Amino acid sequence: MTTDLKKSLLLHGAVLAVLFASQFVLPAYHHGNLARVMILASYAMGYNLLFGYTGLLSLGHALFFAAGLYGMGLAMSQFDVGAGPALVCGVIAGTLVGAVIGMLALRTEGVAFMIVTLMFAQAGYLTILYFGTYTRGDEGFVIAQPDRVLLGLDLSDPTVRFFAAFTVFCIALIMCLAVVKSRFGKVLIAIRENEDRTQMLGYDVTRYKFSAVVLSASLSALAGAAYGILFGYVGASFASVQYSIFPLLWVLLGGAGTVLGPLIGTLFMFYLIDLSSGITTAYMLIAGVVLVLLTVFAPQGILGELRRRVWKWLP
Amino acid sequence: MDFGPYLMLATLEGAVTAAVLALTASGLALVFGVMRVVNVAHGEFFMLGAVLAWWVTQMLGGSAVMGFVIALCVVPVLVGCLAALTDMVILKRISYDPERTIVATIGILYIFQQVTLMTYGPDARPVAPPFNTRIALPWIDFVDGRLSLYWPWGLSITSYKLAVIASAGVILLALWLVMTRSKLGLMMRATEQDRDMALAFGIPVEKVYAFVFGLGAALAALAAVLIVPIQQAHYLMGGDPLLLSFIVVIIGGLGSLPGAVLAALLIGLSDGIISVFFSPTLAKILATLLVAFVLVFRPHGLFGVRRG
Repeated sequence: MTTDLKKSLLLHGAVLAVLFASQFVLPAYHHGNLARVMILASYAMGYNLLFGYTGLLSLGHALFFAAGLYGMGLAMSQFDVGAGPALVCGVIAGTLVGAVIGMLALRTEGVAFMIVTLMFAQAGYLTILYFGTYTRGDEGFVIAQPDRVLLGLDLSDPTVRFFAAFTVFCIALIMCLAVVKSRFGKVLIAIRENEDRTQMLGYDVTRYKFSAVVLSASLSALAGAAYGILFGYVGASFASVQYSIFPLLWVLLGGAGTVLGPLIGTLFMFYLIDLSSGITTAYMLIAGVVLVLLTVFAPQGILGELRRRVWKWLP
Repeated sequence: MDFGPYLMLATLEGAVTAAVLALTASGLALVFGVMRVVNVAHGEFFMLGAVLAWWVTQMLGGSAVMGFVIALCVVPVLVGCLAALTDMVILKRISYDPERTIVATIGILYIFQQVTLMTYGPDARPVAPPFNTRIALPWIDFVDGRLSLYWPWGLSITSYKLAVIASAGVILLALWLVMTRSKLGLMMRATEQDRDMALAFGIPVEKVYAFVFGLGAALAALAAVLIVPIQQAHYLMGGDPLLLSFIVVIIGGLGSLPGAVLAALLIGLSDGIISVFFSPTLAKILATLLVAFVLVFRPHGLFGVRRG
């Protein structure tokens, strides 16, 4: 067990080192993309906590991402809050939304849970459109450069932005590793494997599932708030169904229930869509094809298959 | 226009929505009832119906009536076959696992939608209605203390819209007869009640599944062919019917056909009337929240019965 722990620490340390080093090697375009991928991967990791480890498939995570995004953006644009407190506002907004949705949606299970989360996210998206006077609807609003200064660091500068994204990713990664290795995480996995048995063993299943929803929502909201502040744009498209489907796609592709799966899935899909959108406007076709192929041929994803065949110790 | 005639107009428009919705939603309800899977790509079969109807009428040229009648016969069969093929190639391989089916049908949704975008393009295109006479409607009012009939300006409906309502009624009646009176319907109901027992009695369950999935899609396509002369064909038009069908199926009790038709009438009529008085976005917010809360607090639907 301890050698497994060492191996996994070594692997994750190596991944972080490679990401850190790539800042100095990559050309400007890919450098910007990688910063984006790291933020989106943090979002996917938040999703993975709920879907991969607890076994709850939500189709409405865009609501949490958007809660972070708008919690941060509206705090800035409406109340003139600084970058740091605005970021905190975003995370708090996401956590609160997560708590409310958790309390309601966890009364259902299975397919009903998926539809209920989908419907709540859709209602959230429409609400953003409805209050277009503040949110500027589909058009969205830009966060001006002077507002994007945190602790004296200008987050619109590419290098600073890269390291900020890297920091967010590190937080997400360490949080996920800590959760997975903790007692709490073990109970979540037990719920995924057999909910009834876990309950019979004396665990308060509902409370654990609720904590998982809230934790997942706050991580997604952190990613959303960071995305808005790093790339300077807040728009309703981030609350649409597409942004609920994306984390599912990334996690499924990389491997649900693996810590590094979301990063690999996001990186892969991001470049696949980036390349194909150069050829055709119908780039979501790629997403559709990958989703179908994954469900039919590789429901475990890339890292899930690797874990099954080679690295049994992968967290 | 006074309030009375205005309400009547809204009701008639609502009845057209309700008729089309009842067809689309009964397709979704049928698939959910028999196969126990949620087909998220249902709206795309609706969209394909409309787009193919445009394509068929364009290919044939000639008179509007001929083209439309042929589209009405051919398009649902085409879409039904495509859906049955999808079922056999994809859904059968994941053995109809409820959660994986949702993910797979999301993928299918994007594939159909984006392929349509690549081939048909982003434009909305109309199909000419086969007949379209304007029928002015009378309204009864008190004039000088006695009842009199008059024709308020603007209170009218086209003959085509009435035909849509009537044909939807006929199709639903035919569906009900097939389900309750034919051997095919018996096989479908047997599969719905107990899959394994049906298999033991020699019912080809896999074929029934493919047929039901095709039939559900064909109903959506049929509804789309009927509505396309009123509403244009567009590659993103599948979203609203999907949402509304979901609402109808959930409120009508998951998988129950009569419940779905009743709920479609209710939603269609109230949608016509509500959207006259509220902003469409607010109406949609209320509708989505309604579905979510019904599922949270009444998981078996408002009219549904608890199943074992």
